[in-house]
Amino acid sequence: MKEKAIAKEKVCGRPRLRNLMPGITCPGCHYGIIIRLLCEVIDEMGIEDNIIGLAGVGCSYAWPMTFDIDFGSCPHGRAPAMATAIKRIHPESVVFTVQGDGDLGAIGLGCFMNALLRGEKLTTIFLNNAGYGMTGGQMAPTTLPGMRTTTTPYGRDPKTTGYPLHAAELVATMKSVAYSARCTVHTPANYQRAKRATKMAFKKQIDGIGYGFVEFLSACPSVWGLSPVESLQFIEEKMLAEFPLGEFKNVDSID
Amino acid sequence: MAEKVFIDGNEAVARGAIQTGCKHFFGYPITPQSEIAEYMSRELPQIGGAFVQSECEGASIYMLYGGALAGAKVMTSTSSPGFSLMQEGISYISAAQAPCVIVNVMRMGPGIGTGGQQGQTDYRQVTKGGGHGAYRCIVLAPSSPQETFDLVQRAFYLADKYRIAAIVLTDFIIGRMAEPVELRTLEFGPLPEKEWALKGKGGKGGRCDHPAGAPRFPGDLSKGIITFYMHLLDKYQRIAESEVRYDTYLADDATLLVAAYGSSARMARSAVNMARAEGINAGLFRPITLWPFPEEPLRQAALAAGKVLVVEDSPGEFVEDVRFAVQGRVPVHLLGLWGRHNERGGGIIYPERILEEIEKLT
Repeated sequence: MKEKAIAKEKVCGRPRLRNLMPGITCPGCHYGIIIRLLCEVIDEMGIEDNIIGLAGVGCSYAWPMTFDIDFGSCPHGRAPAMATAIKRIHPESVVFTVQGDGDLGAIGLGCFMNALLRGEKLTTIFLNNAGYGMTGGQMAPTTLPGMRTTTTPYGRDPKTTGYPLHAAELVATMKSVAYSARCTVHTPANYQRAKRATKMAFKKQIDGIGYGFVEFLSACPSVWGLSPVESLQFIEEKMLAEFPLGEFKNVDSID
Repeated sequence: MAEKVFIDGNEAVARGAIQTGCKHFFGYPITPQSEIAEYMSRELPQIGGAFVQSECEGASIYMLYGGALAGAKVMTSTSSPGFSLMQEGISYISAAQAPCVIVNVMRMGPGIGTGGQQGQTDYRQVTKGGGHGAYRCIVLAPSSPQETFDLVQRAFYLADKYRIAAIVLTDFIIGRMAEPVELRTLEFGPLPEKEWALKGKGGKGGRCDHPAGAPRFPGDLSKGIITFYMHLLDKYQRIAESEVRYDTYLADDATLLVAAYGSSARMARSAVNMARAEGINAGLFRPITLWPFPEEPLRQAALAAGKVLVVEDSPGEFVEDVRFAVQGRVPVHLLGLWGRHNERGGGIIYPERILEEIEKLT
């Protein structure tokens, strides 16, 4: 039987700054999409030569090796302190942190808030998947009320465990912040919006205006106990109800 | 001769660091060493450096770690409770083998202790490592402002030479006492390039680095835990072979050897002089490097004297290393903090009290 001749045209490929390293995340995880997005942003902004990334602990631990840029690993929650020193020592560089919800919202909340208080010129990519992925699905500061996790087996009860952290809104209240937005990558249109937001968060640092912050709602099928497709629906119906998308701050100068 | 100034040990820390090229300092106020941060906040902006007042010592140590990875000569300073807070960071710094200098101006006791007054109760924590994971830091223990000024410079050199954290251990007495200090620049020889530093790949010919998780770090954890530790052990061995420093005073003909470090060694030296005036052949052995510990020289001096008196302002920590070095071959006595002249925070082990002990033993 003869094979049909098929005209092949490359329509999609690995981003130039994505190292040839297999993704370490679970099927349906959005981290891979966000990595692609960041690779594209860094490439398109032409900042690969002087950008320095710092990733926290958790599912983002392998990000440094995934990018063809200078990229350090940090202990749990401490990326903003390390980024502070690096930016102060190399002020011409573009320094960003990648932090999960446990990293930024729990163990590292003080470290993060103090970087904002000091008026650092940094950019933070905050990955909100409403739970601890790496350690096996425990409650995070962003876990939705009623959501079952391995440490809230009866569902998160706000009476005893409080309410979810709204990081993008909180960050926007800080004077030294130039940009704060919440995005998702669960649809192509949202991917494009998130890309614009991420560029803006870098631009505010590059222009010396202030801190840039982007929160990503990111699917975690393993912790959520859902299929990848169901996870998209979960973002649409549950996550967006708790965590509205949008820009919460965008200023061009801070007096 | 270089300029001479009358400054205390804390200012000597700050000046020594700047003298040897440190331009970036991260710290949090704590008694009795806040003067170091104050000095740095005044001076570093004048020379294009960065002073950052952190929100806690836990943040200081990670700023230090970040600064070390950025390839700069960086320092933080603190006192005992703050040093405890830094332990996790020192463990990470040791895993990444990030060169940096940490100063601990000790104060007395666990917890709040005597609230910031004299003590030498961090010896075990500082020399054995208070963080997780079996690592070593170089520990230098000056006993005067001049030696502080000099050893801070040496600490930067050793940190860069071996890619290791170097700790300068002083205390309230050394930190807050003023003496003439010659502002001499010490020369130590060439240092390896920090080609692994995080500064953006553009400055490195397009090569990027992923510290603490990538092959370019020698002995990196990602190569396997045995490889990692064999690399560290080899490095520690080289340090132990070539970086031991100690000082002796009238030890050659001593029939009783007093062993003490830091501020206690100053008191012990006076006591040795007083004993000699009474015709007692006392001598002093003073380790300058607490790690690597001058095990062999101390053993030889102890065997020659036949008897050792350890003086330390602590319930007895340094004495453990002395006993380990002497290996039970001569008796080792301890005059610990019970030798202080009073019970309150301002208590001190005076030379007269040490002399009493020397007399009892001879």
